[in-house]
Order: sequence, then C-alpha cells, then structure tokens
Amino acid sequence: MTSTAAEKATQSGGVRGALGRFASPFKGVPALGWLFAGLVIALLEMYFGKFLAEGVLGLDKLPALFGSLIIFKKPSLQFPFIFNDLGTIAAVIVYDLVIYAIPLVLVSLLTKGLANKLAGLVYKRSVLVSVLIHILLLYLALRLWTDISTYRELVTRLTMIAVIVTLSLNVINGYMGEFSTSHPGFMAVGAYVTSVFTIALFTNSNYFGEAKLPGSWAPFLFPIALILGGAVAAVSALVVAIPSFRTRGDYLAIISLAFMFIVKSFFENMEVVGGPRGLGGQPDLASFPVIFVWMALGIWIINNFVRSTLGKALNAVRDDELAADAMTVNTRKTKMTAFLFGAFWAGLAGGLLAHVLRYINPGSFGLQKLAEVLAMVYFGGLNSVLGSIVGAVSINLLGEALRPLELYKWIVIPVILILVMIYRPTGLIAFREFDLGEIVKPKDMKEGDDAAA
Amino acid sequence: MTAFFQNVVNALQWGSFYALIALGYSMVYGVLLLFNFAHGDIFMVGAYIGFFVATAFLALFASGVGLIALPSWAVLTLVILATMFLTSFVGMAVERIGYRPLRNAPRASAAITGLMIGIILETAVLAMFGAQRMKFPDLLPGLSSAAQPTFGGVIISWQKVLIVGVAIVLMLLLQWFVSNTKWGMAMRAMAFDFAAVPLMGVPLNRIASLTFALGSALAGAAAVLYSMAYPVLDPYMGITVGWKAFVAAILGGRGSIKGAAIAGFMLGFIEIFSATIFPSTYRDLIAYSIILIILVFRPHGLFGEEHTARLRL
Repeated sequence: MTSTAAEKATQSGGVRGALGRFASPFKGVPALGWLFAGLVIALLEMYFGKFLAEGVLGLDKLPALFGSLIIFKKPSLQFPFIFNDLGTIAAVIVYDLVIYAIPLVLVSLLTKGLANKLAGLVYKRSVLVSVLIHILLLYLALRLWTDISTYRELVTRLTMIAVIVTLSLNVINGYMGEFSTSHPGFMAVGAYVTSVFTIALFTNSNYFGEAKLPGSWAPFLFPIALILGGAVAAVSALVVAIPSFRTRGDYLAIISLAFMFIVKSFFENMEVVGGPRGLGGQPDLASFPVIFVWMALGIWIINNFVRSTLGKALNAVRDDELAADAMTVNTRKTKMTAFLFGAFWAGLAGGLLAHVLRYINPGSFGLQKLAEVLAMVYFGGLNSVLGSIVGAVSINLLGEALRPLELYKWIVIPVILILVMIYRPTGLIAFREFDLGEIVKPKDMKEGDDAAA
Repeated sequence: MTAFFQNVVNALQWGSFYALIALGYSMVYGVLLLFNFAHGDIFMVGAYIGFFVATAFLALFASGVGLIALPSWAVLTLVILATMFLTSFVGMAVERIGYRPLRNAPRASAAITGLMIGIILETAVLAMFGAQRMKFPDLLPGLSSAAQPTFGGVIISWQKVLIVGVAIVLMLLLQWFVSNTKWGMAMRAMAFDFAAVPLMGVPLNRIASLTFALGSALAGAAAVLYSMAYPVLDPYMGITVGWKAFVAAILGGRGSIKGAAIAGFMLGFIEIFSATIFPSTYRDLIAYSIILIILVFRPHGLFGEEHTARLRL
C-alpha cells in the first residue's frame, strides 16, 4: 500500500520524476547486489585508496569520512563560502567518485543478474540462511571499510550503539506514542552498572581494588555485565512506568524528564563511582565485532517485538487507550512491557557506550544527550525500525562530517532537523514495517515463486 | 531562626525568576497545547538584549554622564520595558518559524523543533559574543551601598525587594490582562477548546503570536531581574533556569497562571531549603524527586483541570 504510493510519487514530474528515472535501473538490484558493491568498495579502498589519495591526488592522507573533514577544513562564512582550496576539494570529489560512486553504480548494475540468481537460490532453500549470509557480508564490508582508519572505526562503533538507543526509544515514543524523555537516564544506569561490574572484576582500580577474576574471562562475562546493566535500567524504569498507568502525554513527559535529572543528580552524588568527576578505566571490551553482534541482535529482537501481538497492542494504546482497553488489550501490561523493554536496550547500549569511550561522567547523560537521541528518533521516523536505523546513522554521520565546522555545526544540524520536521512531521521513514525476509528476497522473483518453493 | 528567614527571602527571589519564566511556558502550553522548549533560551536572549539596552540607556540617561539625566529608577523601568518589548519579538519569531508550520503536525514534532531552535539560539549567541562571559551593568549603583532594610536581624536587601516586587506586579498585570480584556478572553477560550474557537472567528495565528509575545516579554523581564542579581551572562544560562521553570509550569497545572506562579515560588522554596538542610549537591536530586512524587499523586498538576492531553499523533 505504502510502496505503491511511493512509486506514484516518484513517477510524478519535476525533480522527483528525474530522480525516479535515474533510480529505475537500480530497482532490480537485490540487497545482495548492494552488499557486493560494498565489498568491492571496501577492497578497492583497502588496496588502492592510499595510493590514489596520496600518490595521485596529493592529499595528506586517505579521506576518513568521504572527505567531508577535508572539505570543511577551514570554514569561511564569507561569500562564496569556500571551505578549503578548490584543488583539494576537487581531489576529494575525484576520490569519492573513483572509490565510491563509480564502483557502486558499476558493480551493483553488472552483478544484478548474478546477485538475483544467487539470492534466489539461497532464499528458496531457507530464508534464515539467506538473512545470515547477508548479515555476514554486511559485517565483512563494514569491517574492511573501518579497518582503514581508527577514527572511522570509532565513528562506526558509536553509530551502531546509537542505532540500538534510537530503536529502544522508538519503541516508547514511536510505537507507544508517549513522549518519554528519560532515555539518557536509562543509559546512565546501564553504563554505570556495567562499568562497575567490569572494573571491579577485571581491573585494578582505585575505586574497587584488585581484579577479582583473570582478565581473560572478561570477554565471556561481558555479555552478562551488559544484560545486568540493561536489567537494572529496566527496573529503574518502573519509576516512569508505574505513573504511566494513570497519566499520559504531557505529564508523563515531565515525570520522565524529572527521572532523567534525578538519575544524573544521583550519580553526581555517588562518590563511590567518582561523583561528578566520572568513572574511567573500563576494560576495552566493546570491540567492533561485539558491538556489531549486539546491534544485529537488538534490531532482530526489537523488530520481532514490535511486530508481535504485544507490539500491535502498543499501537492500539497509542491510537486510543480506551478503545484498546475495550478490545481486551491489557493496557497496563502493555505500557509496563514497553517501558521495561525500551529501558533494557537503552541500558545495554549505555553499557556498550561506556566501554567504547572508557570514561563516563554524569554530565554526559543530560539534556544534550536527550536532544541528540530525540533528534535521531524523530529525524528517522516514528514507528519504524528502518527509520530508526536511518535516523541514527544519518545524524551520527552528519555530526561527524560537519565536525570541522565547529560551532556552526550546531546551527546546520538543527536547521536540517527543523526542515525535516516541517516537511515530514513524523520523520523520514515513518510507519513502515521492516521485514528482513522481504529485504533479502531477490528482486526478480514473481508473485507465485514463494508458493513453488 | 534568622537563617530560616534569610532563606525565605532567598527562596522568594529565586521563586520570582522561576515563576516569571514558568508563566511563559504555561501560557503557551495552555493556549496551544505545546511545549515551547526554546523558552529558556528566549530568556537567555532576553538577558543579552537587556545587556545592550542597559548599556545604551545608561550611556544616554545616567545622571552625570548621560545626555539627558534621569533618576536611576526611571532608567531601570525603561530598561525593563524596552527589554520586554524587544524580547517579545524573539518569541514571536520563534513561533512563526518553528511552531506555526507545525500547527497540524504531531505535537512531539513541534517539541523537537523547539529544542532545535533553542540550540540554534544558544549557538548563535555563542558565535556572536564568544565564550567570554559578559558582566551586566549595575543599573542601580546607589542601591547596594544604601542602608538595607532589616527585619528582626534578617537582612532583606533592596534588590531582593525590588525583584520580588516587580515580579509580583507583572504577574498581577498578566492576570488582569487575561481575565479582563478581549484578547485575554480569546486566549482563555482557545485554551478551553483549541479546535472550535477558531471557527467562532477568533484569529488563531494572532492569538498564538500574542501568547508567545506575552510569555517572552515576561521572560525578558525575568532576564533583566536575574541579571541584576547574578550579573554574569553566558549562552547556556537559559538551560538550567529554563528547564526548572518548565517543570514548575507543568507542576502548576495546564495553562493556569496562578498555578505556574505558585509552583514557581514553591520550586524556589524547595531548592533553597533542600540546599540548606542537605549538602547543596543534593539540591536537584531532592527538588526533582519531590516534583516526581507530586505528579504521581496529582497527575494534572496543582491547579490543572482534569484534561485528557493526548499527543495528537
């Protein structure tokens, strides 16, 4: 239903029509084809990128994030808004074209037939295997791509954590339709609990003394620490969940806001974990593969949750609580589950974040974090798993890409968000189902093929 | 006992700031049913406007140096009025840019634009004036050296009397405006039924602008008063004060002027007294815990009516 509407929109004239005509050859490229292209790009950059950037184009080093850091290097706000000298900008654009754009177009189009055939072959055997292969390929491409620079790897790790946070907030704000502002609080709880667990057990610290367990155990117990952090965050969410039985909307927003401030102030007064100075020295456990696995798991579980009966109950409560109640939806249980579930994943993401940054302080879980998380949810789209992924990735990458603009970054990003809110008030990709089976399906498959298999 | 009354005086002063800012939140929330998350930053911009107005007026009118000598109370009145006037335009601009295009959108989206406009205002001020903190000029130079009124050993400075007095006068004026004028009646009607009243010929956009203008003018007045007591300006000053005032506004009840004012003073008392009884770092923890408990038991605020505030999604 929604896809046909979207197609109609792309066929209409003007800019959209032109875009649609440009995109039409790519319509038949399956997910597998895009992943092939991603792999080729990653390999190309790995073996050829350094030579191209430094040898041919004369750049100082390989552009870490599509060269935006180089383009915006010396921001000048006078007309004609030249950011770096034109030669360098041209070199970066050539680099992006040669390494990213051209291979992306060529590989995806050239392997279209092959990718469709392969995808169809695996898809007919087993959808699960097909999904797993796709995830493996995505991991491989991302891993190769991030291996090139540590900065790029850090950004990717933080982005993957942001995806989990955004999804978990979307469960409450998008699917259940409350305006919860307590997420930084849940993250803080998870971050502190997980950090205390790992620091106390595996490191010699000033806070908790000698290591209790050998460090080699740490990677195996880390999941337990994360789940513990998530669980404690979920328990703390009861403070917000129980009042939500009686009150909705605005007053719940204030209750959750008060909760966020309480958590922040609580940790500021806990001298055991460093008070306002913060807690540092977490063992380096949140490596790229670990976070990737958690993100994949998070997307999978949250997606299944929101598509389950319980997830549909969330939508029912959002649209009309009284009617939902009359239709035998247990509204209390639904609200409780949504809050605890969202808080669990937020806490888990907080734990991961603490082990990426390896330093946390209460100040970093305040209003700024809140604005960031809300921005990601509402930018990407409410009630949509794909929207959350898009929102988290784009806001994070945008934030990193505009970093050289320094202060002005905080004007550019809000302006973009305001424009998105004005023209698409529910976000870019709102109210869309996310079906992995549909995504990995080959694009040339006819309607009846499913039944034949 | 002296210390207790001294704290009462301090609490009254903080309460006036919170109450004046909370009124702006409360009116916008009452009439348009949306959180104006940029209001704290409008307060901050008001302080900067006040800084320039005060500097200019002191150069023009101060006795001894100025072109036309005016007594300092007259200069102060002029500064407050001019700041209120100018700040009200900031509020109207925010409404025009950030909220009017989203009149029929989900209210959460409007809340996001509000947050973003707040960030833009902070960044713009930071970009224009840099990170160095500016010192607000002393508007009443004779006042701090004059004999301060004491009451049974409690020193009540003239400044605090002035701040609380001006705040209360402004609140009474607002109350009079809302309950006795045609425009005030339109605002109350809008708060009563957002959907039907525009059909009765009440101009929605003009009422919205008026609401924002009034709220921002009060924030501007609060900013001048605040800067007299704490004369250091920085671009993030709106965040702490603003968000607390926001909480006070909600605590008072939807659209209730009386409620917002009382809740503002209450928040001042809670903060000051929790800081005297417990270590001062516990101030936020205790203040917000109390608010949370109040809201759990009175979900519609202190003076709010039972109201099914659903997110229009």
